[in-house]
Amino acid sequence: MGALSIFPPRASTTAGEVDALYGFLLVVGIGMTALIFFFVFFFAIKYRRRSPDERPKAIHGSIPLEITWSVIPFLVMLVMFAWGTKLYFQNYTPPRRDTLDIYVTGKQWMWKIQYPDGQREINELHVPTGRPVKVTLASEDVLHSFFLPAFRLKHDVVPGSYQTFWFEATKPGRYHIFCAEYCGTNHSQMIGWVTVMDPVSYETWLSAGAGGSSMAELGQKLFEQYGCVSCHVLDQQGRCPSLRNVFGNPVKLEDGRTVIADEAYIRESILNPNAKIVSGYKRDVMPVFQGQINEEGLLQLIVYIKSLSNPPKPAAAKTAAAAGKRSPQ
Amino acid sequence: MWAAPSRWGWLNLLTPKGLFAHDTYNKLFTMHGIIMVFFFLVPSIPATLGNFLVPPMVGARDLAFPRINLLSWYIYIVGGIFAITAIVRGGVDTGWTFYAPFSSTYSNTHVILAAIGVFVSGFSSILTGLNFIVTVHKMRAPGMTWSRLPLFVWAHYATSLIQVLGTPVIAITIVLLGMERVLHAGIFDPALGGDPILFQHLFWFYSHPAVYIMILPGMGVISEIVACFSRKSIFGYGFVAFSSVAIAVLGFLVWGHHLFVAGQSMYASMVFSFISFLVAVPSAIKVFNWTATMYRGSVSYDTPMLYAFGFIGLFTIGGLTGLFLATMAVDVHVTDTYFVIAHFHYVMVGGMVMAYLGGVHFWFPKITGRLYPEGWAKFAALVVFVGFNLTFFPQFVLGYLGMPRRYAAYADEFQILNVMSTAGASILGVGYLIPMIYLAWAWRYGPKSPQNPWGAKGLEWEQSPTPPPTFNFDVPPVMNEPAYNYSGEEKEVEIGR
Ligand code: HEC
Ligand code: HEM
Ligand SMILES: [Cu+2]
Ligand SMILES: [Cu+2]
Repeated sequence: MGALSIFPPRASTTAGEVDALYGFLLVVGIGMTALIFFFVFFFAIKYRRRSPDERPKAIHGSIPLEITWSVIPFLVMLVMFAWGTKLYFQNYTPPRRDTLDIYVTGKQWMWKIQYPDGQREINELHVPTGRPVKVTLASEDVLHSFFLPAFRLKHDVVPGSYQTFWFEATKPGRYHIFCAEYCGTNHSQMIGWVTVMDPVSYETWLSAGAGGSSMAELGQKLFEQYGCVSCHVLDQQGRCPSLRNVFGNPVKLEDGRTVIADEAYIRESILNPNAKIVSGYKRDVMPVFQGQINEEGLLQLIVYIKSLSNPPKPAAAKTAAAAGKRSPQ
Repeated sequence: MWAAPSRWGWLNLLTPKGLFAHDTYNKLFTMHGIIMVFFFLVPSIPATLGNFLVPPMVGARDLAFPRINLLSWYIYIVGGIFAITAIVRGGVDTGWTFYAPFSSTYSNTHVILAAIGVFVSGFSSILTGLNFIVTVHKMRAPGMTWSRLPLFVWAHYATSLIQVLGTPVIAITIVLLGMERVLHAGIFDPALGGDPILFQHLFWFYSHPAVYIMILPGMGVISEIVACFSRKSIFGYGFVAFSSVAIAVLGFLVWGHHLFVAGQSMYASMVFSFISFLVAVPSAIKVFNWTATMYRGSVSYDTPMLYAFGFIGLFTIGGLTGLFLATMAVDVHVTDTYFVIAHFHYVMVGGMVMAYLGGVHFWFPKITGRLYPEGWAKFAALVVFVGFNLTFFPQFVLGYLGMPRRYAAYADEFQILNVMSTAGASILGVGYLIPMIYLAWAWRYGPKSPQNPWGAKGLEWEQSPTPPPTFNFDVPPVMNEPAYNYSGEEKEVEIGR
């Protein structure tokens, strides 16, 4: 890819697919532009005014022509629509295969990245090739957008909810991370690098950074620190539900609905417990943690609660995604 | 005044690190966006050409409510004063989109002042729309039937519908934003219990239709120019007229295409994507019909027609790149990059500003009673076209390469294209400056214009003296022939016969 290429590096499975679609659009776009330019120039020259008192005959229109130039472009657009939509659903629906989960928290003006094994980085993301990576996005303050041009993907980072997307890297190298949603003074400095490594180097990199606690262990510490444990584990009177095997499974609510316990549900259960009461339990028992726990800590708690599901269910988020609800809040 | 900020902004982007402090750059692009969108693009054609020309074109002495018209002018001034006060007192850094919670909680600049400016100027827009609607319904001269209405008027009619129905929504949104910022009511900020995506829905519910407020009047101008300088009645008059209304209606149903990556339900995105493609059809119909109008015509290359050529070319590119953005998987990559910037500048600067300049040159003799220097005018039109493309074309490439918008500093590899863009902007600036100079000169010293220098059709040229008296006509006009009757037919001809 030369210095003047019109394509950024292609480093994910979807990059080539998006480029192919873009190529199709370019061909149609350039073709249509050429057609219109041709006719404008052709008519303008061929029918130029030769004497000041020319009186051309009126032509009021043609229904067949109007139909042709409405229907044909529309059919071409249907192709764009179908192709674009298929790819969009594919890119935003995490695969059912076992994914590598990575947690990204946006904060004015940096990206904080956490790995399940406990490594933490700022503005640097390391991923292996050949394995689907699911990214869960959280924001500590305003809107941001996590943009990986080499992967042809981005997703807004929305405070108050989790957003997810996924990719599978294909080509080792170092590629840009940009913030693509304006977020204040140093928006243009909210940038970083994603390093794609082959699986072996990735393992080496992981073990070099290991030694600290994993995200689940950190979450367990918070679970004790915030006193969750006194209710959810130690309480013997049955006033509080056990959190074993909650994640990924259906939860029956007091109002009769049943919801899947995904990340968004757990998040809401912690920050604003009264929004959804588990069937058989009372409201106003669990304290409201809104504003008490930062986003990174919250993610650790969620990973901890996830780890209590045995065997860990494949991320529930995709059930929600399949239902077309990506940000239940 | 409005052109200046963009130029400073471009200067900034000459070097990757940027020449200005980041805050300064952020305030510049915000101010540029707010002034351009709310104080220039929205009112430009309706408030100048529209106000002047809609009455004589339908054969009326004045708009239906002249005093309301004056009121809308005062309101605009008051709105402008708020916006300018915000700038003078230190500026705003939220972007013209005012996204929450940044605007409602985090920004410590003059958000409220600027928001009041937008809020107030919205009423000016509503009143103008109201005035046009009533004028078109009630004040047409005898014989001026709906199917004889100039397409300029049809376009203003469709625009007015959007203004009247859409603008209240942005007003409400701003009020809610103010309530959150000042009273901490939890509406958009999740920390207060609100939903930031709600803001985006409300904002774009107005702001997408608003892009049609900006472009429809321009399309109306182009219809007039193309017919006049081809000496032909417009090809497919009914389709061109109806497509304006179709755009106005469908335009209200596509706002969600600004939220494809924002966390909106994927199924909602799918519907919005589909309707976005639908709305492209009436735009395409217009382009095809303008082109077909020249077929077997008598085409002259006077300045207004040069701008119309420019419009057709640039709007085509702007519209087609809109299809790229409506294609969701591609939008995911290019949204919030320079690709989007290039797209809407092709539509709004390439389309709408070209149409505005074309319209100003077309009706300048009518309005002032004087002629401008044709040689200079043609030269300027060429400079504008070249400068425009040099400025904005590289931005499509930049966007696909991944340069995000609203960046005060950027990665080194983007420099070459940014330098091209800055160079183009300087040429474009010159291109805009030349008409300002010769038009100002011609207004005073230009040779007197004949009654109808272009041999144009329409009541404003044929039955109203040039320049028109206060009440447009010395003798009450009567429309006694079909619209665009350049070939002198007795009565309307149905197409297809
Ligand atoms: C005072 C006791 C108490 C404390 C302390 C407490 N909870 Fe709870 N929690 C409850 C009760 C009671 C419920 C069930 C009612 C409801 O749904 O709100 C519950 C529900 C939950 C649920 C939903 C469980 C399900 O089955 O769907 C989660 C998740 C949860 N708590 C997590 C936490 C976390 C994490 C903490 C610590 C930050 C915590 N809780 C602290 C009492 C408590
Ligand atoms: C041919 C029909 C058009 C289609 C299909 C279309 C499509 C789109 C889409 C999908 C976006 C969202 C891009 C994004 O944010 O990722 C967009 C952005 C935009 N369009 Fe268009 N568009 C069309 C015509 C127009 C017209 C006529 C105008 C103005 C006169 C316009 C002005 C804008 C503006 C201002 C934005 C960017 C807003 C922002 O994010 O600041 N578009 N367009
Ligand atoms: Cu940002
Ligand atoms: Cu839009």
